[in-house]
Amino acid sequence: LQKNGISNGTLYKKTFIEHFEQAPMYVAVLTFLGFGVGTVFGYLRDFMRAWGLEKRNIATEREQQKDFVPLYQDFENFYTRNLYMRIRDNWNRPICSVPGPQFDLMERVTDDYNWTFRFTGRIIKNVINMGSYNYLGFAETDVNALKTVTTELQKYGTGICSTRQEMGTLDKHVELENLVAKFLGVEDAMVFGMGFATNSMNIPALVGKGCLILSDELNHTSLVLGARLSGATIRIFKHNNMQSLETLLRDAIIYGQPRSHRAWRKIIILVEGIYSMEGSIVRLPEIVSLKKKYKAYLYLDEAHSIGAVGATGRGVVEYFGMSPDDVDVLMGTFTKSFGAAGGYIAGKKELVDFLRTHSHSAVYATSMCPPVAEQIIRAMKCLMGLDGTTQGLQRVRQLGKNTRYFRRRLHEMGFIIYGNDDSPVVPLLLYMPGKIGAFARRMLQKNIGVVVVGFPATPITESRARFCVSAAHTREMLDTVLNALDELGDFLQLKYSRYSKSSHPELYEESRLELED
Amino acid sequence: MDFKSMKNYLYWLYCQFELITCSYLMEPWEKLLFYTFNIAMLVTVLYTAYIFVPGHVSAAFDFFLRLFGNQHENTVSVVK
Repeated sequence: LQKNGISNGTLYKKTFIEHFEQAPMYVAVLTFLGFGVGTVFGYLRDFMRAWGLEKRNIATEREQQKDFVPLYQDFENFYTRNLYMRIRDNWNRPICSVPGPQFDLMERVTDDYNWTFRFTGRIIKNVINMGSYNYLGFAETDVNALKTVTTELQKYGTGICSTRQEMGTLDKHVELENLVAKFLGVEDAMVFGMGFATNSMNIPALVGKGCLILSDELNHTSLVLGARLSGATIRIFKHNNMQSLETLLRDAIIYGQPRSHRAWRKIIILVEGIYSMEGSIVRLPEIVSLKKKYKAYLYLDEAHSIGAVGATGRGVVEYFGMSPDDVDVLMGTFTKSFGAAGGYIAGKKELVDFLRTHSHSAVYATSMCPPVAEQIIRAMKCLMGLDGTTQGLQRVRQLGKNTRYFRRRLHEMGFIIYGNDDSPVVPLLLYMPGKIGAFARRMLQKNIGVVVVGFPATPITESRARFCVSAAHTREMLDTVLNALDELGDFLQLKYSRYSKSSHPELYEESRLELED
Repeated sequence: MDFKSMKNYLYWLYCQFELITCSYLMEPWEKLLFYTFNIAMLVTVLYTAYIFVPGHVSAAFDFFLRLFGNQHENTVSVVK
């Protein structure tokens, strides 16, 4: 249990509690044992495949290429062939309804241990959705809510057939950009058709050779790709660790560029608002004070935090009570909280004007399509209260309540949960490879859809199940999920936490009522 | 009734073993191979224990008895 507040007591206006509990030693030993057995059998199967005792179902080199440099011998391919394939049925599950709080799943079975699948034709209805990034519940099919979207669809159609710089800038884009700028409280904003491409295509436009990028250890692939494409020097600091960041900043300023020791042209810090695999929130006040002291720039990727944290849903900047002028480049996506697709970059007018001319995305990528832009406009107007109702604020509050309830109950039950108490992304640690498959399959049997994450996306010993709480989840749905988790946690022995609070809070509540009488 | 809960408990223990050693993920022939190897190892260890442990234990018992036994005789002789 980490509590912040002593060293930088004046920077944080409310307590910042994050949990990254380590599991007991026997868990790590058993995890390695499981991977050991899996690896031994992996080698056995590879041997059988190489000597023709078993059919080869996965990509191999052609006969003529056997003497070339081997393509599929590295660990990633070995892992994919032998461990991932065995539990592959828990990913890429096709759904056939809107990914709201509940969805319909197409049932599929495998006859040859997950190498091929076939659909039985049946549909599993009303599976509780704990995996979609539907934080505010805007992924809905309610006709009244989507009225403006349908009119825009009939007015504009779906295709743009052009890039922003040619003929692809519609009045809808201008309206959306003005609305985004007003929502965030900045001068100007620019929207792009794809969230991943927003990061990977705009970072190369902002930094180049001779610049320094300081990026967090656990940044998303889009940020890493954008940083690598830019050609700048990249240095990595430990996750959310301000001492590490300050050391890097001091070294950068004292020693300059590697061989010539000239000053860096630009130093930019890449962080995310909420990290989607850990559920941790960035320590923004400390980063901003560091950036002001050492004169660096800050690029904040609010993909998961825009709409999800903050009193009115305006992201981590509002969550910490800071002004949006402190962050140089505010980036976010509309995929998560707004039920649409695409991303934006917001900031000072000079920055956005520069990006309009120099971004790869603006020059080459198709712009956002009009019905999607209208969906974002209506969601944002709902959030800001411009449609005359308080529905937006209610959604944000409901999300906050659901998040706190879900996290509190999971802590009480004794699971190891990572992340900040206020983040709607809840990773539940599973550790052992055998339990990944068992957990996902049994949860589906109980009609709950979860996302489990294993090796390439997380460290090899820390596989987890990641829950995304939504404002559209009712208390009954969350209770169903929690009861199922309780049962499954006892059956699979997942309650590793050594700090769990009372395991029977109902008794505690009863005694309190008695006293009040 | 006790047998039923005992059976359930044993089944649950077997499930835990399967999960921890990843044999939950294996195909049936792999499971057969793995369990055969495990049981063979276990039987070998138990058989070796059965043959050698009583011999070792009695030798150790003899050694300690002689050590303390001799001391007892010595003290008796000194007092005399």
